[in-house]
Amino acid sequence: MTSHTFIAPRPAPAAASGWLGWCKSNLFYDWKTSLGTVLIGLIVLYVLPRLFNWGVTDAVLSGGYEACHAAQGACWAVVREKFRFILFGRYPHEEHWRALICTVLLLGLIVVSCTRAFWRTWLAGLWIGVLLLYFALMRGGFAGLRYVETDLWSGLPLTILLASLSMVMAFPIAVLIALGRRSGMPAIRSLCTVYVELIRGVPLISVLFMASFMFPLLMPQGFNIDVLIRVLAGITLFAAAYMAEVIRGGLQAIPKGQIEAAATLGLSYWQTQRKIVLPQALAMVVPGLMNNFISTFKDTSLVAIVSLYELTGAMGMAMNSDANWRAFRVEGYLFIALIYFVFCYSMSRYSQWIESQVNKSRQR
Amino acid sequence: MTPPPASAKTTRWSWRSQAFRALAYQVLAVGFIGILVWYLAHNTATNMRQRGIQSGFDFLLGTAGFDIGESLFAFDSGESYLQAYLVGVTNTLRVALLGIFLTTVLGTLLGIGRFSRNALVRGLCRVYVEIFRNIPVLLQLLMWYLLCTELLPDMANAWELGPLFLSKGGLNFPIPVWAPGHAMAAWGLLLGLPLAWLWRSHAKNRFNATGVPRSMVWAPLAVVLACGLIAWLLGGAPSETNRPFRGEFAIENGGALTPEFLALLIGLTLYTAAFVAEVVRGGIQSVPQGQAEAASALGLSQSHSMRLVQLPQALRVIIPPLTNQYLNLTKNSSLAVAIGYPDVVSIANTAINQTGRAVECIALIMVVYLTTSLLTALLMNWYNARSAIQER
Repeated sequence: MTSHTFIAPRPAPAAASGWLGWCKSNLFYDWKTSLGTVLIGLIVLYVLPRLFNWGVTDAVLSGGYEACHAAQGACWAVVREKFRFILFGRYPHEEHWRALICTVLLLGLIVVSCTRAFWRTWLAGLWIGVLLLYFALMRGGFAGLRYVETDLWSGLPLTILLASLSMVMAFPIAVLIALGRRSGMPAIRSLCTVYVELIRGVPLISVLFMASFMFPLLMPQGFNIDVLIRVLAGITLFAAAYMAEVIRGGLQAIPKGQIEAAATLGLSYWQTQRKIVLPQALAMVVPGLMNNFISTFKDTSLVAIVSLYELTGAMGMAMNSDANWRAFRVEGYLFIALIYFVFCYSMSRYSQWIESQVNKSRQR
Repeated sequence: MTPPPASAKTTRWSWRSQAFRALAYQVLAVGFIGILVWYLAHNTATNMRQRGIQSGFDFLLGTAGFDIGESLFAFDSGESYLQAYLVGVTNTLRVALLGIFLTTVLGTLLGIGRFSRNALVRGLCRVYVEIFRNIPVLLQLLMWYLLCTELLPDMANAWELGPLFLSKGGLNFPIPVWAPGHAMAAWGLLLGLPLAWLWRSHAKNRFNATGVPRSMVWAPLAVVLACGLIAWLLGGAPSETNRPFRGEFAIENGGALTPEFLALLIGLTLYTAAFVAEVVRGGIQSVPQGQAEAASALGLSQSHSMRLVQLPQALRVIIPPLTNQYLNLTKNSSLAVAIGYPDVVSIANTAINQTGRAVECIALIMVVYLTTSLLTALLMNWYNARSAIQER
């Protein structure tokens, strides 16, 4: 006869799921984690209410600068007062509707270009059409529209124009340079390499200085180019070098067998690149190109230094020109920082999404 | 049957020969670039003659005639443009090197923080990265400059943080008073280097012979520091410092960092740190989990596994993009011109406005940055060749 003694049942394991379990394993796992949680929690509890008081409770949302000077918190009234100046800069006040339409047009075009269903040949035509419309509407001088010199174009429409147009123009140059760097012809290869390394070795601001100080000297006598075009050319040439490196990365990832197979089929060099190599390579580097676009978008803020008043420059001008509001530049800066952030963050989210889309054929 | 096509040799000078076509294209390309360069140079020369602009680098020896807010060595307006440029270059290098050091520390912490067990740490690191890398660096610099020059108290009511004073006038901090003992300490540190190297090679030999790991970083470091300390003590242990104090109108004595320098340093560091954090995160993620498991199966401790197995592999991925970020920081330091820090670009800008020699001044800027970039690229190639996986 055997006797069985049952051991006592073990207690149920501590919750590993649910919000309690999540807190246990992510906030209070061991004493070090708990200490960190408590410390950070205390700091956040100290900072957040003060920030909230400054930005919301004590803030002045509307009213004159006298109210702002009297208040303890942030002065958002400055944004309400100056937002047209910040967004459209020196563009004539009564013509702001034109700048607004142009901004919306370009933004819409960018959104359309980001949608995969519209990646067709007619998109190129759409770009040309919208850009022509942009220039016509901003410039005016026909159908009763007042003529506005490019000197006065500023603010958000200028930022978006500089970023998108320079990227569009840089793209074909970048493809050619990337192909050139992988070419078998030593002279062409070294020319392209020198170009890329030269541009990547110097800061954008020196290229912009060149565009504004040296360009007039380089051109023949009596040949004057608008400063907007010069700066656009500078940013384009600068962006092309960085973009070429991204595209080259994609070209390098194409297996050699693809090119050999194309040669076996009797395709010429350009046919091979156009039909076999580039479609695969470009699909692979779309996220990289998107990152290029983000950094070009941020880099456009530098043209303020060569006296083109895009968003950052327009903001500085709006604040410095009015002594009554000058004390509230921080709020103004935060406002345009928010604009930049919204643009760049949504583009980087898009870049992450597109990364999973374009490489679907590679995923198992 | 058709005869096989004629060999390339017989069609050497025909358009159908690939070699001939390649040669023709290259001659065309080089010729085109040559003509373009000649054309632009010709235009420039004509324009300069017509407008009476002088050219050449002789202006470098002329009197600069402007003062520079801050410099590592004494500079006054009577000295030459060449001196002014040197001040600019040292100012650029000063902010770049300090920024690189700080951004590496901060970026690494943020990158590792993304893997923390604590969700708050993870979240904060992520928020930091997203905010700071999605706002243009110029805007950040302008904001920091605004904070440094407007929101800080006047010099008369400077914040006192221990021996430090922080105000609109910048940061004042104590500096040691120069004494011969400091030179002794420096010589001691120098002497310590070969000793540390000797110890390290000894430790390495013992490790190879017995397999017992020995300290190869901390012990040599301790040797160097001990040598410096002994020399400092022998030199009479000079410890007198020049402390800043509240004067009648301003903070007097001590070393000082201008608000421009502080704004530039803080702005560049915080901006680049967001990118460095992403680089570090990517590097750590690139090491397969199996490596850590294999290391622990071999009985390596957690820290040994990190130091000997995972980190070396992550570094191979991290170092090239990290160098790119260092170069970006150096190039972004040219934005100093927007907040009035006298780096090489703003000195060149002043020189352009005073002398009108745009071509020469811009060429000088480019030479400075290109030299830095190419030197770094050379160093990188050397490192890459050294750390590449040795295949058969």
